[in-house]
Amino acid sequence: MIPDRFRIPWRAGILAILALTLASVPMWAPRFWIYIATQALIFAIFAMSLDFLLGYAGLPSFGHAAFYGVGAYACALLALRQVDGLLPLLVVGAGAAALIAVPIGALSLRTTGIYFLMLTLAFAQMLWGLAVNWTSLTRGTDGLIGIPRPTLAGLEALNVSLYQRGPFFFLCLVVAILSFLLLEMLTRSPFGKTLEGIRDNERRMRALGYPSFRYRFAAFIVASAIAGIAGSLAAMSNGYATPDLLYWTVSGLALVAVVVGGARSLVGPVLGAFAVLFAQLGLSTYVDRWELILGALFVAFVLFVPRGLVGLVSRSA
Amino acid sequence: MRLSVAGLTVRFGAVGALNRVDLDVAAGERRAVIGPNGAGKTTLLDVIAGELQPTEGSVHLEGRDATRLAPWRRARLGLGRTFQRSTLFDQLTVAENVTLAVRGRLSGGWRFWPARERAVNAEVARRLEEGGIAHLARRRAASLGHGERRILEIEVALAAGPRALLIDEPMAGLSGAERHKTLERLQALPGEVTVVIVEHDLDAVFALAKRISVLDHGVKIADGTAAEVRANPLVQEVYLGAI
Repeated sequence: MIPDRFRIPWRAGILAILALTLASVPMWAPRFWIYIATQALIFAIFAMSLDFLLGYAGLPSFGHAAFYGVGAYACALLALRQVDGLLPLLVVGAGAAALIAVPIGALSLRTTGIYFLMLTLAFAQMLWGLAVNWTSLTRGTDGLIGIPRPTLAGLEALNVSLYQRGPFFFLCLVVAILSFLLLEMLTRSPFGKTLEGIRDNERRMRALGYPSFRYRFAAFIVASAIAGIAGSLAAMSNGYATPDLLYWTVSGLALVAVVVGGARSLVGPVLGAFAVLFAQLGLSTYVDRWELILGALFVAFVLFVPRGLVGLVSRSA
Repeated sequence: MRLSVAGLTVRFGAVGALNRVDLDVAAGERRAVIGPNGAGKTTLLDVIAGELQPTEGSVHLEGRDATRLAPWRRARLGLGRTFQRSTLFDQLTVAENVTLAVRGRLSGGWRFWPARERAVNAEVARRLEEGGIAHLARRRAASLGHGERRILEIEVALAAGPRALLIDEPMAGLSGAERHKTLERLQALPGEVTVVIVEHDLDAVFALAKRISVLDHGVKIADGTAAEVRANPLVQEVYLGAI
């Protein structure tokens, strides 16, 4: 067992290497790979927010795509109405996701475990149905297209635009690092430890005077807001928002990323997101039914590597 | 803190777990509740703690009607409890288990950055020392043996600084030495703390409690000092003279 005081620098070292490697991607990688790495970063932000729920708060959400999708649509609708500005767009994406999380959380969080999973799935599918059918707002299955990326005030003079792959990649990297640091701070705070206590033993936490519902609710809102930020970036990145963003397979893929990477560690979902995206890319080139192989990998991880990729790297931690 | 329940009835469908039970425990009193398995002892504690809503009857804490109060609100009023089956935070360390209890009382969990928490940490260190579990501080609760878990179970409850404490079978499965230690720990509780203890180990019961209430099939059949309870023919019958 590695004592606690050695664990933090060790992790920080790995993280620094990871961040630096990622930061160098635009310098050497072909354009296509910069695009893929951008997608992976956005997916990683989404997976981290899900891990905060699953790994720390012990809430197995199968409907996390709801907040990803709502964030994407909110950002898209605003950008299409000529709102230009990175911060407003991200804030609105996060805010819209947090807002929709209030009623969904208030209802779903009355249950835990498999019931929570089913309820979150149902709510997400309802929102997907709404996105398909509310054509006056969402343009149905065609989706919202031609979403402009915001201009960066002051950087135009330097000829830097978010329409270039490099700068947009850096934006996603910065948002991913900030999300990571925010979640890392939360998990180490009394709030995070309270969530872990509720995850391990809700009954005892109540007996110690903690209103468990309120804490879970707060965690649900935070995770949803960050998923909304990921969704906003996805809308900017793709230039379109379709109901697919809200579909249950998006929630499922994020769950796979969290489990494969390793829940209860925020590095895990990042590794998982990259692994799942690259696996998807690699496999779909050679096989039509790549989901079959990804599914088998998922089962193998659940059975044989319960702590995920992170567990493989740090056997003793 | 004074605890009282009146006319407490709990039915699970057709099964009656408690039937019009009255119990009045004065502030600072040490009360034992004994009775055969299935007598309704744990159900009684669950109702007092708020885990279970009574079908009929009321619960008063410090004279205040708490019948409809959520468990965490009762805990905030100063009601603590231990569980019959150890109810710990398995993935957290022993120190973190105690920390959650201390923090719950001192500052709560609504702080969103890694706070320094000097007062909490100092108290946790002191309590681990007093409870004789300082050497286990960094062990995960899941890795502890049964006896160690029972002791941590009590230490977590004590760390919440309760004004009244419900203790459910603290001695179950403990070795002689562990029993002795646990008993000493409970006897060392401040005099103003009210204690209601459910326990099968009658030596521990008589060592700790001045007054004893006896439950059988959900009905309170006796209530009094150790001598009075021993002399009660109904109790003699239930315990087959073993008391």
